[in-house]
Amino acid sequence: MDTVVLSRFQFALTSMFHWIFVPLTLGLSILTAYMETQYVRTGNELYLKMTKFWGKLFLINFALGVVTGITMEFQFGMNWAEYSKYVGDIFGAPLAIEATMAFFLESVFIGLWIFGWNKISKKTHAVAIWLVALATNLSALWILLANGWMQKPVGYVLRNGRAEMVDFSALIFNHYGLFKFGHTLTSGYVVAAFFVMGISAYHLRRENQTEFFKRSFMIAAIFGLAASILVAVIGDFSAVEVARYQPAKFAAMESIWETQKGAGLNIFVITDSKHECNSVEGPCIPKLVSLLAFHNPNAEIKGLKAFPRDERPPVLPTLLGFRFMLLFGGIMLVLALMGVIYSMRGSLEKHPLFLTIMLFSIPMPYIAGQLGWIVSEVGRQPWIVYGVLKTSQAVSLSISTGQVYASILGFTLLYGGLGVIDIYLLTKFAKKGPEDDLSALLKPASKEA
Amino acid sequence: MEFQIIWFVLWAVLWAVYFMLDGFVLGTGMLYHYLTRNDREKQVLINAVGPVWNGNEVWLITAGGATFAAFPKTYALMFSYLYSALLLLLFSLIIRGVSLEFRGKINNDSWKKAWDAGILVGSALPALLLGVAFGNIFSGLPMDGTGYHGSLLSLLNPYGLLTGILFVLLFLVHGSLYVCVKTEDDLCTKSAATADKLWSAELLIAVTFLIATAFATKLYDNYMSTPLLLAVPLIAVAALLGIKIFLVKGKPLMAFASSCITIVMVVFTGVVGLFPNLIPSSIDPGHSLTIFNSSSSSYTLKIMTVVALVFVPIVVAYKIWVYRIFRSTVTVEDVMKNERAY
Ligand code: HDD
Ligand code: HEM
Ligand code: HEM
Repeated sequence: MDTVVLSRFQFALTSMFHWIFVPLTLGLSILTAYMETQYVRTGNELYLKMTKFWGKLFLINFALGVVTGITMEFQFGMNWAEYSKYVGDIFGAPLAIEATMAFFLESVFIGLWIFGWNKISKKTHAVAIWLVALATNLSALWILLANGWMQKPVGYVLRNGRAEMVDFSALIFNHYGLFKFGHTLTSGYVVAAFFVMGISAYHLRRENQTEFFKRSFMIAAIFGLAASILVAVIGDFSAVEVARYQPAKFAAMESIWETQKGAGLNIFVITDSKHECNSVEGPCIPKLVSLLAFHNPNAEIKGLKAFPRDERPPVLPTLLGFRFMLLFGGIMLVLALMGVIYSMRGSLEKHPLFLTIMLFSIPMPYIAGQLGWIVSEVGRQPWIVYGVLKTSQAVSLSISTGQVYASILGFTLLYGGLGVIDIYLLTKFAKKGPEDDLSALLKPASKEA
Repeated sequence: MEFQIIWFVLWAVLWAVYFMLDGFVLGTGMLYHYLTRNDREKQVLINAVGPVWNGNEVWLITAGGATFAAFPKTYALMFSYLYSALLLLLFSLIIRGVSLEFRGKINNDSWKKAWDAGILVGSALPALLLGVAFGNIFSGLPMDGTGYHGSLLSLLNPYGLLTGILFVLLFLVHGSLYVCVKTEDDLCTKSAATADKLWSAELLIAVTFLIATAFATKLYDNYMSTPLLLAVPLIAVAALLGIKIFLVKGKPLMAFASSCITIVMVVFTGVVGLFPNLIPSSIDPGHSLTIFNSSSSSYTLKIMTVVALVFVPIVVAYKIWVYRIFRSTVTVEDVMKNERAY
């Protein structure tokens, strides 16, 4: 294997691992901030307990999000030096802005939030977690604008042997990136909602702290339903962008080989890249793909055959990734809706089967999110910057396969260990449930400087 | 032209501030076993750095991000040339981060012992590696038109190692002074005594470093042509002496401030000598990476300058505010009272 393949593998490994923690951070920071705000507004200690319990799980997850993020920042230079040289003039900017605008904010105020319980007023304390939530969401904005630029490069010229930025606002208002931001952010909210609902369901089945978990469940269900609707709507906008600007990826997502007008959607497909066709397909819903892609039932869809073989993405992962993301999205929408209805009626405990399903649904949005990245990143191949730079030209020239083998081994061991510890800690504290004793928190600070 | 110079200065400031801030966290981590007698005291030390370590580490991320945005070619070549060293740095920083965060989550001896080891390794290795990396940047990397001709082992040359040891000592003294400022009674007394002992070694290595620099690097060329610049290393030396003076006078806070100035000025001493290089080539000066041949376009630099001018002051303002909230000392009672603590 060469350094390109190995570096791709390593990037996929480390970014997908980072992505295990990121979406929960995005959503759970907001839910925790909401709970604490309710506590400050109403003075109801149930909300304080919620803030503490969900906040603790949030922090365990957050720690791993932070440490795996540093890897991402280093890797562009370490493994993708040619890429960094070629597009650094544009791509470096959002990364640096993310650090100054978001990472400082998030890291400073998370420290204040963890250690500030007895040192600052209740209101300021709640503001601190809102700032953390704002910062994580801002960081997502900048990194996704950066990734959006790789998907649809805008505002640049090729000059001095590289891509140079000529219009910064084009990068910021790049629709591709903004839809990506909206879709990814709301997908993180879905993850957090199902996380809270799932753990609440676990305790409700055991009739443990019922009031606490019913309230948590309800908050998460409403948040989750809104997010599930938004993720689908904005995902549809994203698909329109893909069809317009990355037709090869779109054709792979639907496994369409022949260019056609009014393309239909095949519910079931077995794709055959070798013979450039689908060996099995059907039943077909006429015109649906054209309708979804261009919001016009007769629009022309380019087939994969319209692209030279070496400019087609791997079809199977793109197709399957897209299909299952949609499938899970649909299931989760229904589950979130049921969750809202049962919570509103106050009848959650009467549906033990539903509660069990909710517990086992915790991984579903995580998987959907990983699949989404596979669609977006694998589907972009062989390009690293669509239409501008190929992945094979992007890798560092000075690294050897031995070095990358060693680093992959290192990451696998280290991340494997961290993964185990994360799951261990999360299940331990999730099962334990909230603490009853709030006295430590309510005591006024005894010693001030 | 001017924007490149602005970004060279900013680049230097980001690194210097990173070393000043993370330096005391790394130093505390290295001394953590030595200074403490029991678990309570260990917790005190972790909680003394707890609220700020993450915010301090972000200066490193920003320094990396700024290198990427302002000098993409330097970012690309430096990170890929130093692949293995950076990987080790990365792993140790990851280990330090999770060790600090997770140690206190479970009350069990072997759990805590494992993370204690993580804190030690995750603090000592970055200090050493960053020093070695900067020593090699000062003396130049073996690179020419065909690429890079070094390896992990070639980085461990005498001058690189000397700089590594210098960084370790700078951070050890810095960390022990921080501990003394942030704690009371025994812990403070012991750490002040430690700082005092380590200070002699720090002085010795710093002087050796200044002399060795004349032989191993071209850093002094800039000082020869503009002698006024000698103020930078002179302030470094004065601040280093200041540490001892304030220690003797029993003013740990002032000693810590002197140590901050020492670290910043040591970094500046090197960086002033580098200008206009970011990474000189040790074998072919024509292939040195300079702020002019590796920078972004002036359009990008302009935008980044605006971003920096707006956000850096905001960051500094809220950082100072938060440091002030946590200015009081950390005691064993505090740690026992706050079950949120690490
Ligand atoms: C949609 C959101 C998103 C995406 C696509 C990425 N990240 Fe991330 N990142 C976050 C959202 C995020 C976050 C939610 O803001 C994190 C997770 C936990 C945290 O502390 O912040 C974070 C942490 C985090 C950190 C640590 C910050 C700290 O110390 O506080 C770094 C350096 C990065 N990320 C860098 C990257 C890079 C270079 C990426 C591109 C490949 C990347 N992240 C993808
Ligand atoms: C803006 C930041 C990003 C950049 C510059 C980037 C760039 C890259 C590069 C260079 C590769 C290797 C080439 C390849 O195999 O496709 C890759 C692959 C991949 N990336 Fe991204 N990516 C970014 C964000 C992300 C994020 C945040 C994720 C989420 C987890 C992600 C998921 C993936 C996956 C799953 C692959 C594997 C694809 C494959 O091996 O074919 N990417 N990306
Ligand atoms: C239900 C309808 C959904 C639609 C129509 C949809 C559509 C899409 C499309 C077209 C992409 C590729 C964008 C690109 O290539 O640039 C994508 C990516 C992605 N999807 Fe979905 N998706 C849906 C549901 C979900 C769900 C439920 C989740 C997770 C909870 C999710 C998470 C993601 C993520 C993380 C990405 C990668 C980031 C991005 O490219 O935006 N999606 N989605």
